[in-house]
Amino acid sequence: MKFIATLLLSTLLTYAIGIYGDLPWFSFVFTNLLVALVLPQKPAAAFLSGAIGVGVLWAGLSIYMDISNNHILSIKVAQILPLGGSYQKLIFVTVLVGFLLGGLSSLTGSFIRDKKDAQ
Amino acid sequence: MRLLPFLASAIVTTGLVVTLNTQLKLGATKSPKLGYFLSPQHGFWKNAENINTNFDASILVNDLKGDVEVEIDDRLVPHIYANNDLDAYYVQGYLHAKFRLWQMDFQTRVASGRLSEIAGADKLSIDRFFRRLGMVYGAEQTESYINENNPIMKATVDSYTAGVNAYINQLKPEDLPFEYKLMNYEPELWTPKKTYLFLMFMSYDLTGRSATTDLQLTNTRDYLGYDLFQKLYPNQQDSLDPIIPKGTEFAKASIKPVKPGSADTSYLKMPAPKKLFRVEESTEAPNENNGSNNWAVSGSKTKSGRPILCSDPHLGLNLPSLWFEVQITTPTHSTYGASFPGSPAVIIGFNDSLAWGVTNAGRDVLDYYEVKFKDSTQNEYWYNGAWKNVTKRTEVIKVKDSADVIENISMSHWGPVMFDAFYQNQQSNGKNLAVKWTAHNASTGVETFYQLNRAKNVSDYLHAISLWKCPGQNFVMATKTGNIAIKQQGDFVARWEHQGDFIMPGEDSSYDWQGIIPGNENPMIMNPSRGFVSSANQKSTDATYPYYLGTASSFPLYRGISVNQHLTPMSQITPEDMMALQTNNDNVFAAQARPALNRLIQMDLLSPSAKKMVTILNAWDLKNNENSKGITVFKLIWDSVESAVWSDELAGSKLPLTKPESFVLLEQICRDTNFTVADDIRTKDKVETLKEQVNLGIERATQQLILLEKENKLTWGSFKATRVVHLTKIPALSRLNLPIGGGVNIINATTENHGPSWRMVVHMTDEIEAYGLYPGGQSGNPGSPFYDNFVDYWAAGKYYRLLFLSKEKLKESERVKWHMQFKHA
Repeated sequence: MKFIATLLLSTLLTYAIGIYGDLPWFSFVFTNLLVALVLPQKPAAAFLSGAIGVGVLWAGLSIYMDISNNHILSIKVAQILPLGGSYQKLIFVTVLVGFLLGGLSSLTGSFIRDKKDAQ
Repeated sequence: MRLLPFLASAIVTTGLVVTLNTQLKLGATKSPKLGYFLSPQHGFWKNAENINTNFDASILVNDLKGDVEVEIDDRLVPHIYANNDLDAYYVQGYLHAKFRLWQMDFQTRVASGRLSEIAGADKLSIDRFFRRLGMVYGAEQTESYINENNPIMKATVDSYTAGVNAYINQLKPEDLPFEYKLMNYEPELWTPKKTYLFLMFMSYDLTGRSATTDLQLTNTRDYLGYDLFQKLYPNQQDSLDPIIPKGTEFAKASIKPVKPGSADTSYLKMPAPKKLFRVEESTEAPNENNGSNNWAVSGSKTKSGRPILCSDPHLGLNLPSLWFEVQITTPTHSTYGASFPGSPAVIIGFNDSLAWGVTNAGRDVLDYYEVKFKDSTQNEYWYNGAWKNVTKRTEVIKVKDSADVIENISMSHWGPVMFDAFYQNQQSNGKNLAVKWTAHNASTGVETFYQLNRAKNVSDYLHAISLWKCPGQNFVMATKTGNIAIKQQGDFVARWEHQGDFIMPGEDSSYDWQGIIPGNENPMIMNPSRGFVSSANQKSTDATYPYYLGTASSFPLYRGISVNQHLTPMSQITPEDMMALQTNNDNVFAAQARPALNRLIQMDLLSPSAKKMVTILNAWDLKNNENSKGITVFKLIWDSVESAVWSDELAGSKLPLTKPESFVLLEQICRDTNFTVADDIRTKDKVETLKEQVNLGIERATQQLILLEKENKLTWGSFKATRVVHLTKIPALSRLNLPIGGGVNIINATTENHGPSWRMVVHMTDEIEAYGLYPGGQSGNPGSPFYDNFVDYWAAGKYYRLLFLSKEKLKESERVKWHMQFKHA
């Protein structure tokens, strides 16, 4: 239950703070950290809830925008980066970045609390 | 708190954030900040435009006098309907920014020598080149002149600027154009100076080639000596078909430029210096094929009895395109055409009375003067028998990740001393060279377009173009009432023969310009009996015109011949005929060169594979069509023969020299096949004949052609591989290998990365019937379906019917898709 709650909160807050374009793109690192601090879990669970929380959001947003764009831009970017022009790989890399940073920031937050808090 | 795990985890997280927030090395360039770039709420995904985007909008802005309606058609062309002129230009600025902001910003950065600021020290040499050439100086002259003397243009450019900035100010960081995110910088506010800088860049693009060629020609003359130079670089063109038909009488010159007495010894035949100028084609030099076609046919030659005007400017083919289509309708005028993102009004187009188009005049308006400084401070230079003070102009170049670079430019009475002790490149070789260029003078060019947009008749047209100074253009015009005209207009220097073809002595005033040719003496023709006017960058007149036009190498010869050959016999012309002519691939150069070559080829001495190539050459239909092999064979053989004939004369120099123009060899072998330059001067015991050189050239070309055949690149389209390249040159953002014919000397002047950048055909019927397109798309966003949607149509030689209607009629058109409204807040 706590896992689902932190995951959803992580998704929600990442999206919410992302609306403010003037804030840095990595602002979700702090919201994730905060969620993990307020709702402590074991390290693995904290990591996964944050990782999936951000990863799902980034996957959903990028796939939605890519499909409504008919892959026009993603194919070009996947040649520049270089990912062989594959929009699938580009989405994978996008989600991977969100997943890793989301997970690591939640993990960091969870370590602020003592071990016993995570029960 | 679990301190150690926390610290470990925090360090890893921070490290990752920092890495993803840094531009990493990616090949020769830098990556974007990856985390930012990939973030779906901040980065490039936001630029992935929905293919069904609804462009409807209601926009509140402060600075409008009244409401402005914009109808947007299915090709994303905005049709602006405003109640007053300034509001219209405001909205034009807003829309240019909405669709082309990054391009506008980038182009003016190039013009003002500010690329290093965003791209780092790699671009410093380009920046220094433009600063020292006086690009910013020229734009400042124009700006202060217009601010003080031309309140209407000042208000126009100010209103346009306010419109651009209204867009920039409402732009959210996540909606920045794609390229800003890729290169990691941000737009800055527009200024009127940026508009003038952009127009300065067009002056450079169309007249700045002299900044390179004057040095090259000087170098070549010094290497060959003046007598041999004149043989290889003659100014006579036997087959010239000038813009103003031969036999037209010209008024006597009111300025008679006097050649200085010392010119023969200390200028033309000057003994070569010990050290030659090192000359290389710099990356900054404008493309040698910059040019254009335009023509107008009178009603006597058309099916409808009304004139038809055609214009297709040949420039570098880029994405986003230089051009942006727009209609501007206000109570004073209603105009449609191609505009420059960065400048108000329409540049090439038509209104409900009159259509106009431009081609480059090709006249030399940029000269170098060699100056002598008193000492290393470069504060004083020798002029008319005395030391004269310079003023110092300081330009600061900001460099990304590096210290500022300061240019202290000595300003002489000639102009900026571009090359001196502080600025040496491969071309300068220790000399102090000042640049004198008409583009340095204040220009009212922006008013020319403003007035052409409103011109109703011939006298309006003449008034509008009389304001034009640089770059010199051939302005073609047609009116609904049946007039056609063409006039070469600009500030042209009244030169004595060869004045300014080479670097000139700058120690006294005797080599200075002796005047600008009065506008009413510039070549013009109206309603000629032949029923058409035309230009294709050839010399504007024959030798009876009383002023020196410049070196023949500035004037391509054959496209003009082709245009006139086609137009002369035509009658009952329709717009479709004109589209066919604009995309015509006939090769008149080869039509003259092939029989000339055939007279010289010794078939029995050729190898079997060379014979096969000659067979392909002779079976060719003399058209540069995409699937033709004959043109590839012809081009390689011709280039190879030219090289066999000339390269020995030029080979001794380790410096790259100017290659003689193709017409020189062709006209020479048509006149006299025994000319001595054919001999390879490197073989002392033997005198090569032209026939031997031709066979040698064919054999050499055959080796290349066999390789091309193996790679399946013998057809012209695949050999030429035309491309439309993004301004950053990134291939993924460009369109490569387009299936299109054409080439140098061809009306369809499409080469590798250069060609018809806007094609327009305007039929002056009661309700104007116009067609046009450019190889690009209205949106500058690489993530938009409108980014490059005209390209395939353009390559196929097709045209769009341009929607030019009153607001009421346009609203009924099913091609109108969206509606924007600008309201006063």
